Amino acid sequence: MTLKKLAVTFALGSWALATVGATSVLAQSHINPPDSALGAPSIATGESHIGAMTGHATDGEKLYIRYCIGCHGPDGNADGMNAQWIDPKPRDFTKAVFKCRSTPTGTLPVDSDLFNAMTRGFVSTNMPQWRSLTPQQRADLVAFIKTWSPRWAQEKPGAPITIPPETPDTPESVERGKVLYQTTLKCVECHGPKGLGDGPSAPSLRDNDGNPIKPYDFVNGSRFKCGTTNEDLYRIFMTGLDGTPMPSWSDFVDPNQAWDLVHYLRTLQRNYHPPHTAKAATKSTDQKGG
Amino acid sequence: MIKWFPKNSRGIQSPLLSTFVIFGLSLVGMILSESQPVYALPLYKVAAIPAFARKYGLPCSACHTAWPELNNFGLVFRDNGYQLMNDRDSPIWQNPSYFPITFRITPQWHRESTSNQPVDSIPGGGEGSTLVSHNVTQAGFDLSGMDLWSAGTLYKNISFQLLPSSDPFAVWHFESAWVRFDNIKGSSWLNFKFGRFELDNLISEKRFLFLSANGGLYQTYHFDVPGSINDFGIGDNQIGMELMGHNADSSTRYSIAVLSSNEGGTGLTESNLPGGPPSNRSFDGYMAFTKSFNAGSWGYEQFQAYAYVGQRGTYYQTTSGTPLVALGNEPFYRVGFAGQLHFKNLELLPYFMHGHDSAYLGAGIPDTIGLPVGAKAPTFNGGFIEGQYFVNPQLVFFGRFEKIDVGQQAFVNEGSVPGNYGNVTAYSVGYRYYPIMFSRAGLAWHNEYSISKSIGIVPESGDGSGLPPLLPTNGVWSSSIFVGFDFDF
Repeated sequence: MTLKKLAVTFALGSWALATVGATSVLAQSHINPPDSALGAPSIATGESHIGAMTGHATDGEKLYIRYCIGCHGPDGNADGMNAQWIDPKPRDFTKAVFKCRSTPTGTLPVDSDLFNAMTRGFVSTNMPQWRSLTPQQRADLVAFIKTWSPRWAQEKPGAPITIPPETPDTPESVERGKVLYQTTLKCVECHGPKGLGDGPSAPSLRDNDGNPIKPYDFVNGSRFKCGTTNEDLYRIFMTGLDGTPMPSWSDFVDPNQAWDLVHYLRTLQRNYHPPHTAKAATKSTDQKGG
Repeated sequence: MIKWFPKNSRGIQSPLLSTFVIFGLSLVGMILSESQPVYALPLYKVAAIPAFARKYGLPCSACHTAWPELNNFGLVFRDNGYQLMNDRDSPIWQNPSYFPITFRITPQWHRESTSNQPVDSIPGGGEGSTLVSHNVTQAGFDLSGMDLWSAGTLYKNISFQLLPSSDPFAVWHFESAWVRFDNIKGSSWLNFKFGRFELDNLISEKRFLFLSANGGLYQTYHFDVPGSINDFGIGDNQIGMELMGHNADSSTRYSIAVLSSNEGGTGLTESNLPGGPPSNRSFDGYMAFTKSFNAGSWGYEQFQAYAYVGQRGTYYQTTSGTPLVALGNEPFYRVGFAGQLHFKNLELLPYFMHGHDSAYLGAGIPDTIGLPVGAKAPTFNGGFIEGQYFVNPQLVFFGRFEKIDVGQQAFVNEGSVPGNYGNVTAYSVGYRYYPIMFSRAGLAWHNEYSISKSIGIVPESGDGSGLPPLLPTNGVWSSSIFVGFDFDF
């Protein structure tokens, strides 16, 4: 072998060794898998069931690492490296407390609740709409998320509430809803007299982790935290937003009153049009959100 | 059988063999090493940040299969005008200290070797010297050009991009500059872009994983039949306006663009650098339709059909011989399809193009005179298949095979060149390792080997090096070995 060839081979060999060595040295921390010894469901067997789909935690783990770990963290406890810059803070999956549920307050959500929340994203937060993932991928992520907390092994999800048919949206219904909002339920204390989220209690509100939290701005919000339809709004205040100061009102209002409140809250929105008009047929969708 | 070692390629064989052996060993070493962990915490916090990751707190891997290539979430984000659509996209929501700007540059070592180059038989030329075919090899440490990329939102549903880009000698041009009105009338099907921009190519050359001189471009994206005066490349950013639309998850997309017929030139010339010839006054058109199909846990499989119809001038209006404006437009078109297919950790990118130029472009004569007898429209068929294997978000192996066949030679060459004159065959292989993967900066260790063979013509390479061979029958092999640190900040 000539000197030139020897030098080239040595250089290339050094490069290869440097490649192997660097990738070993620079390898950093792992995701810290949920501790199934504490009672959490295992990744190997964790599943979700949404409609006809079955999600698998093993597949969800890979997706979590790619998409979720920056905010929700390698421990699933919302301690991702970006969490310090984010307001509101990411969801802590180890506590298994979720805002958007179809189930009564204090109970676990059903799998479709998590699936829908992931699909919708959360307005006014850094949580994106994940509809760019296939439904199966989202189901896999739901299965993996459930492995972070032992609650999923120890409790069953609550039974989804029944949403009765909507009552007619009439001026009388709106007026009754206004009374509920302004006086009876004192929603004004947090959401403000005009629904701007600037009530007298608003500056002092904290979530269960002690973080400041703002009430929803009905006027400027392009969509609700947990959906866009009247049924979604009905469900929000009948199940409450667990982990926040927003309670469940199911023990304080009957279904007809709840629909009255829905009809009044719609009138607060910037793009509100009275029902049975042409413009009212144009629904605010997730795509309009910005 | 693929001929990696052409018989007459002195100086290529031994380093090539050594390269492959060592390359293979290093790949095995990569897999066996402790590079399995998939997420790296930073050793320290840095202040400066890639634009979108800082704005939204997402890791690079959320939008990129391996940056800079976009995954489907990144595609949706881009289609939405760089918005998450969560009422937090307007810049008023950002800390005033945030500025949407990113730098990218790649310090490297690379080796370029080209066969069948005409060189002086006596170095320096002079009396008695003749041109002979010989290999030309050059190697050393080097810098890439730099991208200074700014993009984001000016306001809710008004997005922008500004990309001044320099070559390794710090000669700058505007690679991209546009404003886009997003979700017009509240509909994701109406988005209007105006400026200089990349065409809506499903397989983006601007965001792919290759960096070497021979691998760092899709040959098909820039190919014109040798001798044709057409200068079009579908991989070149064009200047004009685009109407684009998509559904909520971008599984259905369309793009319609009207562009100046000047290859994206500025200053009403055919170049985005000073000194280019004047352009014509006409327009080109581009259409693309993309459809994705749900493949369950594998993700979305995407397919695109596209067509570009354009025209180029065949002569200039002049004053004292100085060109003033291009005239005598003659048409050309490029049509084909592309795919982005996912099979667990494997991604396959097939691409096909059929190109057709007017016979006048192939003859290189003004269209005010008749075509020579026998003049035909130059045509070609080209395409590639690219594969990427993602061990995890921080380690990706990639490879590509590309082939271009000239169907009909340009008239200027007809009869003097073989039927395969201008044909191209190209191969690339490599890997990228991202030792850090977080929202503040990006770094990739990039290793790549690429080689192309062109029949009778100068090889098409990203650094523009190479000369046409002495004979039109000569096959020119051009190879690149590239090792570098690709970082953005």
